[in-house]
Amino acid sequence: MTLTGKAHIPKKQKDDINTDYIISGRYKFKIQDPNELAKHVMEDLDPEFYGRLQKGDFLVAGKNFGCGSSREQAPQAIKYAGISAVLAKSFARIFYRNCFNLGLPAIECDTDGIEEGDELEVDLNSGIIKNKTKGREIKISPLPRTMQVLLADGGLVEHFKKHGGFKL
Amino acid sequence: MGKNTRSERSRTIAEKILSNHSGMDAKAGDIVIADLDFMIGQDGTSGVAIDSFRKMNAKKVFDPAKIAIIIDHSSPSPNEGVSAIHKKIREFAKEQGITLYDIGCGVCHQLTPEQGHCVPGDLVIGADSHTCTYGAINVFSTGIGSTDLAAGWISGKLWFKVPETMKVIYKGKMPKGIYSKDLILNLIGKIRADGATYLALEIEGSPIDEMSVDARFTISNMAIECGAKAGLMRADSKALDWVKKHSRRKPNPQEADKDAKYKEIIEIDVSKLEPQIAKPHTVDNVCPIAEVLGTPIQQGYIGTCTNGRLEDFQIAAKILKGKKVHRDCRLIIAPASKDILMDMIKDGTFQILLESGAASVTPGCGPCVGTHNGVPSDGENVISTANRNFKGRMGNPNAFIYLASPATVAASMIEGKIADPRKYL
Repeated sequence: MTLTGKAHIPKKQKDDINTDYIISGRYKFKIQDPNELAKHVMEDLDPEFYGRLQKGDFLVAGKNFGCGSSREQAPQAIKYAGISAVLAKSFARIFYRNCFNLGLPAIECDTDGIEEGDELEVDLNSGIIKNKTKGREIKISPLPRTMQVLLADGGLVEHFKKHGGFKL
Repeated sequence: MGKNTRSERSRTIAEKILSNHSGMDAKAGDIVIADLDFMIGQDGTSGVAIDSFRKMNAKKVFDPAKIAIIIDHSSPSPNEGVSAIHKKIREFAKEQGITLYDIGCGVCHQLTPEQGHCVPGDLVIGADSHTCTYGAINVFSTGIGSTDLAAGWISGKLWFKVPETMKVIYKGKMPKGIYSKDLILNLIGKIRADGATYLALEIEGSPIDEMSVDARFTISNMAIECGAKAGLMRADSKALDWVKKHSRRKPNPQEADKDAKYKEIIEIDVSKLEPQIAKPHTVDNVCPIAEVLGTPIQQGYIGTCTNGRLEDFQIAAKILKGKKVHRDCRLIIAPASKDILMDMIKDGTFQILLESGAASVTPGCGPCVGTHNGVPSDGENVISTANRNFKGRMGNPNAFIYLASPATVAASMIEGKIADPRKYL
């Protein structure tokens, strides 16, 4: 799977971006439509974030991305905002699971050299990210097999529809 | 609770419980598919789980007796959007014959152990990150997302990566005015928000042995705030007595083997600890109280799955008895369950707190998640017994949240500013 798009880095904070920042509790309780929810992604941290996105772009962050609550609305809002993958130095574990359950790749890699607007090409098979703007390559930590299966099936819902249960 | 498995290796509590539920000799790093003893969802996460359940073309949950949904996060409903979610949950619970704890019953993480749904040795999942709370009674319980919960409803199973374990050993005598909340805030400040990511914690030592089970829940509850998957304690006689009072199920307590392998062992002496405060806007931004003494406060909150238990309110009532909440601030209280509220009424704690000026809201999450019951205004400072102080957490990104023990919140209410509880004890 090869994905291309621009990098978007939430303003103000790189590390420990929590699920309350990704989608605030005051929206996740009220709004059930994921397309509507997506419009508020990162709002408390970076109100212009959603406006900068184009379909297929990447969300890029530092360490411990998605810490905090278990709300699946967090990766859901990111996915429905059109983001094709999240790149971070590390992820909080519930958020990490939720991404793959929704078929959204969460990729652990060194994000230090990536800047807002950089053109990226992410190749999940070869495990290489090409930063076309900077002319650099970044290696991706290999995905665990369980995650590869979930991504190949398009998420846990599709996996269950296909197999009727866990076949990991 | 699974059948006890044998192994030639020395194992941690996490490895034992996950082995017993998967029938494998599960060691750290393995991925296992394990049988679940109980699973919960709440009103913020169950709506999405119901959507996933339907999308998976499922018709029936695998065993209604092992499932509960708790309407606690935004309860009673503050608006029509939430009402629609609550309605969907009520209809689903009725259709599937699963237990529903509706408005006013309390917070999921109080009700699950209090109503006897989990016992030592169990494996429990919850679509709420603070599901790790029941580690205090030796349950491997962990937070997961809504689609994982739907998969559990359908199959009775979930996949787990067996975590490595970090052991935390507390030592020394707890000084007066220091509570379990101070211990866990201090730990999170030390190892930071990602200090235990992908790991289970095993927490032990004489201060843990000496504290009540209520106080232990506070510590396990906040394991997730340093990224941990579980916050496990051994089941001593105090824990087993507590469980016996609340559940008819037979416990299967698990202890770590002597030579079990740990990723890291941390020792903490509590004897010189001061009251701890987590400053805005992260839980790991922790300092001793001296650094923030005198910070003006407009709202106090005592409650939540962290500190909404009987003992927490008794501690606050002892400090507030015969005194008034300062005119410049307001105090909100939310008992973590209806049973706790009734106990507070019986022993006079409730009256003391109301007489001091506290406003009591429905047993449940109260203002913690920012949907209702006390959203602070721009520029206001809140001192709360909750587990999170993220920007916007209580519904306003322009407010500032400080986290502390119930004693520190109570003392601060008297002075209208952050105050040291030790002078009121």
